[in-house]
Amino acid sequence: MSDAQTGELLLRTALNMIVENDDVADTVVLRRPPARAEVMAEICRQLEPFQADDGRAITGATVIAKDLSIDSLAVMDMVMDLEDEYDVSIPMNVVAEIQTVDELADTIVALSARR
Amino acid sequence: MGLFDRHAGLLDAYRDVRTTGADPFQIRMERVLSPTEAVINGKKTLLVGTNNYFGLTFDPSCMEAAIEAIRAEGTGTTGSRIANGSYSEHVALEKEIAEFYGKKHCMVFTTGYQANLGVISTLVGSDDFLLIDADSHASIYDACKQTQAEVVRFKHNDPTSLDARLRRLGDKPGNRVVVLEGIYSMLGDSAPLEDFVAVCKKYNAYVLIDEAHSLGALGEHGRGLCEAAGVLDDCHFIVGTFSKTLGAIGGYCVSDDPDFDILRVTTRSYMFTASLPPSIVASVRQALRIVKARPELRTRLWDNVAALYDGLAAQGFKLGPEHGPVVGVHLPDRMMAIGFWRAMLDAGIYVNVAVPPATPNGVSLLRCSVSAAHTREQIDHTIEVMAGIGRQLGILDSTSKLRAVGGNR
Repeated sequence: MSDAQTGELLLRTALNMIVENDDVADTVVLRRPPARAEVMAEICRQLEPFQADDGRAITGATVIAKDLSIDSLAVMDMVMDLEDEYDVSIPMNVVAEIQTVDELADTIVALSARR
Repeated sequence: MGLFDRHAGLLDAYRDVRTTGADPFQIRMERVLSPTEAVINGKKTLLVGTNNYFGLTFDPSCMEAAIEAIRAEGTGTTGSRIANGSYSEHVALEKEIAEFYGKKHCMVFTTGYQANLGVISTLVGSDDFLLIDADSHASIYDACKQTQAEVVRFKHNDPTSLDARLRRLGDKPGNRVVVLEGIYSMLGDSAPLEDFVAVCKKYNAYVLIDEAHSLGALGEHGRGLCEAAGVLDDCHFIVGTFSKTLGAIGGYCVSDDPDFDILRVTTRSYMFTASLPPSIVASVRQALRIVKARPELRTRLWDNVAALYDGLAAQGFKLGPEHGPVVGVHLPDRMMAIGFWRAMLDAGIYVNVAVPPATPNGVSLLRCSVSAAHTREQIDHTIEVMAGIGRQLGILDSTSKLRAVGGNR
């Protein structure tokens, strides 16, 4: 884990503790909805190995199934990792409708907020 | 845009496959000689990829039963059970399968695919939740497309992953149905069923297990993983097929639920397709009798499994995680798998080739399935031929037997 990641993790933990201070929080599970930028960064990190040969950067507008060399099963496997990371479940029919990186990030942030 | 343009990627991949000179998806068995031999490309070929786990396709008593049934009741039923009625043999078969599991109810389907498709999609409704293993068979995924329920995947054979997903559902109303398989068809691995059942109990979820590849193979009486793991009573729905160990075609689902039979008038894959012909029903009934009466077939199957698995492992091949009637051999990539498959066929051995997207985690596999009908010589020959090709293709080290082959992951 790089220093930047460790720093990010510490920051996250600290924020949670502040947020959960007044709560009768039972666990140290990440309760605060993750920041959208943080989710975006994580998705891009996970998609990096599938980046197209033309070297185009992965952005919010990247169409996952089209612009990257990733098959639909691998997308669903990546989604399972993201689900566990942010403690949300994204139903399969919702996954099927997600096209861009932006849409995936929005879905995770929205589900986290509803938790 | 043309109708087939969206398949462009697949067409390219398929073209690559065919450059090897043979099309693994259109193999023709010119003549089938026995459960373990057929004539392919004019040559007598050893079959190590047919799911014929007990070798019952040529069992004389099963064949006689089928022939008798044709003489007595004709070649087909020409309609569905709900429209044309059931033959008494359909009902007798259902009773025998229910008794085999000690369950109250059984429904027989025309294929195993239709059993999964129909039962799984119909059991749950719009307010329910279906939780499926990520490596589930296509029939389970297709059921998910037909259902109104919310579908969530959990990581393959990972009870903790299932637990997290059931926990996240919290106190949302609606039934939870968890779908598992006794033996997974690509790598031959079994579900950690006891742990899964414990998780399901914790969240009050129903368990549906597909014993397609484990019927006959697992459990003291051959009932499958549910019996081997000692949780038969905790498996609310058990689905299976007649097309593997029982050597014919068809599917079933058993359950103790008092209202189970309502599925007969709600499950479309049961209602709107012709029922099994008398010959199939008769041979399946006989094959089930054999499964009950001849446990030595199970012993012989697992002896052969051990011989093939351990033999290939000793040569340095990377295999599925455990002994199973399906032995999956990892190969580095799709073209290597196709090339290896073709070389095997040229050497007179037929196995299956499995490549993405039909495989978990994008792996490329040679998929062998073992039969009780294989002789030890046939198993040893298979190992020898595979090792030779493995060395020739540079997958196995030509001097040491220890270099393992990595999958894509």
